[in-house]
Amino acid sequence: MDHREALIAASSHRVRQGGYAPGIEVNGLSLTYPDEPNALVDINLSIPGGEVTAVIGPSGCGKSTLLRCFNRMNDMLEGCRYSGSIMLHDLNILDPATDVTALRRRVGMVFQRPNPFPMSIYDNVAYGPRIGGVRRRRDLDEIVENSLRLAALWDEVKDGLGRNAAILSLGQQQRLVIARAIAVRPEVLLMDEPASSLDPISTLRIEELIYELKQSYTIVIVTHNMQQAARVSDRTAFLNQGQVIEYDVTDKIFTNPSEPATEDYITGRYG
Amino acid sequence: MSIKPTLETPGLMANTVNEGPVSGVMTALTAAATFLAIFSVILFLGFLLFIGGSWLLEAQTVITAGGVEERYNWQVLFSGESELSVTGGIFPAIVGTVVVTLLMAVIVAPLGIVVAVYLTEYASDGWSTQLLRIGVQNLAAIPSIIYGVFGLAFFVYVIGGRVDALFFESNLPDPTFGAPGLLWASLTLAILTLPTVIVATEEGLSRLPATLREGSRALGATRVETVLYVVIPAATPSILTGVILAVARAAGEVAPLMLVGVVKYAPSLPIGLEAPFIHLEQKFMHLGFFVYDLTMHAPAGDGRLGIVAAAGLLLVAVIVTLNIVALLLRMSLRRRYVQTGLD
Ligand SMILES: Nc1ncnc2c1ncn2[C@@H]1O[C@H](COP(=O)(O)OP(=O)(O)OP(=O)(O)O)[C@@H](O)[C@H]1O
Ligand SMILES: [Mg+2]
Repeated sequence: MDHREALIAASSHRVRQGGYAPGIEVNGLSLTYPDEPNALVDINLSIPGGEVTAVIGPSGCGKSTLLRCFNRMNDMLEGCRYSGSIMLHDLNILDPATDVTALRRRVGMVFQRPNPFPMSIYDNVAYGPRIGGVRRRRDLDEIVENSLRLAALWDEVKDGLGRNAAILSLGQQQRLVIARAIAVRPEVLLMDEPASSLDPISTLRIEELIYELKQSYTIVIVTHNMQQAARVSDRTAFLNQGQVIEYDVTDKIFTNPSEPATEDYITGRYG
Repeated sequence: MSIKPTLETPGLMANTVNEGPVSGVMTALTAAATFLAIFSVILFLGFLLFIGGSWLLEAQTVITAGGVEERYNWQVLFSGESELSVTGGIFPAIVGTVVVTLLMAVIVAPLGIVVAVYLTEYASDGWSTQLLRIGVQNLAAIPSIIYGVFGLAFFVYVIGGRVDALFFESNLPDPTFGAPGLLWASLTLAILTLPTVIVATEEGLSRLPATLREGSRALGATRVETVLYVVIPAATPSILTGVILAVARAAGEVAPLMLVGVVKYAPSLPIGLEAPFIHLEQKFMHLGFFVYDLTMHAPAGDGRLGIVAAAGLLLVAVIVTLNIVALLLRMSLRRRYVQTGLD
């Protein structure tokens, strides 16, 4: 496997830029939708850099909403208001003066269902770099290959980079959008139930991929799958009704949670 | 009180029984209407094909510079010899029809895309947007001659007059763009077909999943970049559908064009092999008008029906050809989108 080589190449590229995987500090974050005043209530989280943090909780508790605060995707929703601060190293993400396009190049996102663009595999991966101003074919070729290798998809698609992304299987598409996200060399990767539409084999591949990626990225993953959270994450936050009920190292959350509500949810007694 | 339900029950039953014959009649009517529709299309095309086609293949004697010669009617029709010599034959009319329609398509496509993108991607969902949308949809119901009047008043007199005063002062009082011509005819047709393109494009845009736009924005693309590089390419098949419908409608319109640029006889083609290649200010000939003119003015007698049917046949052939070209274009594009469910 030459994943590691690719990883080293990519990370050395980042080191040259002076980048690293920064932590995220959430302080007093509250968010309201027009018809949901308590979508998030006074969230405080200290997410360490270079680790995988899982966010779990019942449906509608605000996991996706929280994740979408980290790259300001909620800005696109009309009537969504938030307060508090989220620090990405020394950048206040929620500051109105923050350049969101620059922010989103530092904080990438992978969605629940794979959403490849209706264009070739190559163009999908090259989309972010092109938007960012990379024009030279040789540079783009290198970025596309490195990103696809990192996403463990290169060997499957290298002979048909010009084919439409739609012909890939769902599992391959999800790895493609991960490659697309890492092609802009972000520091943080947000994943909202990245494996929920995949079969067990593809899910396993995504989990292996997360394990590989965490060496150079700060990863925040939302999942409904308790085993998955236990397998891939270093820390776990349990959310309920817009509040953080418990946040600790994953081992502790799954073996010896402090809050009865956490235990109820993990053991399936919730609701 | 116990009688009431028993009274109602037979009524209900009668209703359900009645539905049998009623729906039977409806089915029969629908079938008859369908048959009539198909029959009239076959009759219509058959008329054009047999009368027009056989006239084209007949021979006649014509007097040329070289003496008396035998010519097939289609040769006569294209060369403009014989009684058609005044109009210069059918060829300039075919060229005029194709040029005005293609120019219309080139104008209406970007215009329609811009309006549709504004309506779906930018405008808020308020009452003013709805009003605009309803207005656009109802534009399609205005009789086409009204568009001709509008084109003459607005494009020819207002805009054309200004253009002449500003850029072609030396030619005045002879108008250059201040008279009906190819550009104004294409613009008039573009306004006429604009609703078609807008509605088709809007439908295509609104069918795109929101995650497509979010995926692009999450990579740091701005709204404009997302629209240009993801949304519009993904909606191309729908946009082309709209343009195809626009071409189909525009190629058959004659009435408005008679006011803004079509003439019975134009001394030269609106396109040429030398720069500027296309003469936007020129008046031009059109197959639709050619058919009308022939019907009214062709010499009475055996040949009259034949020549009119032949010209009609050619008009239909040109429209069908334009549509087939557009359809092929869309099909080759659709192949790229088919699996994404974005078509
Ligand atoms: N665009 C929106 N407009 C209004 N309310 C919203 C919007 N998105 C989410 N909500 C509401 O905010 C709350 C949190 O939603 P969110 O999508 O964050 O939940 P979730 O934890 O991700 O749920 P799931 O596990 O089902 O994905 C819910 O009550 C939801 O109805
Ligand atoms: Mg969610």
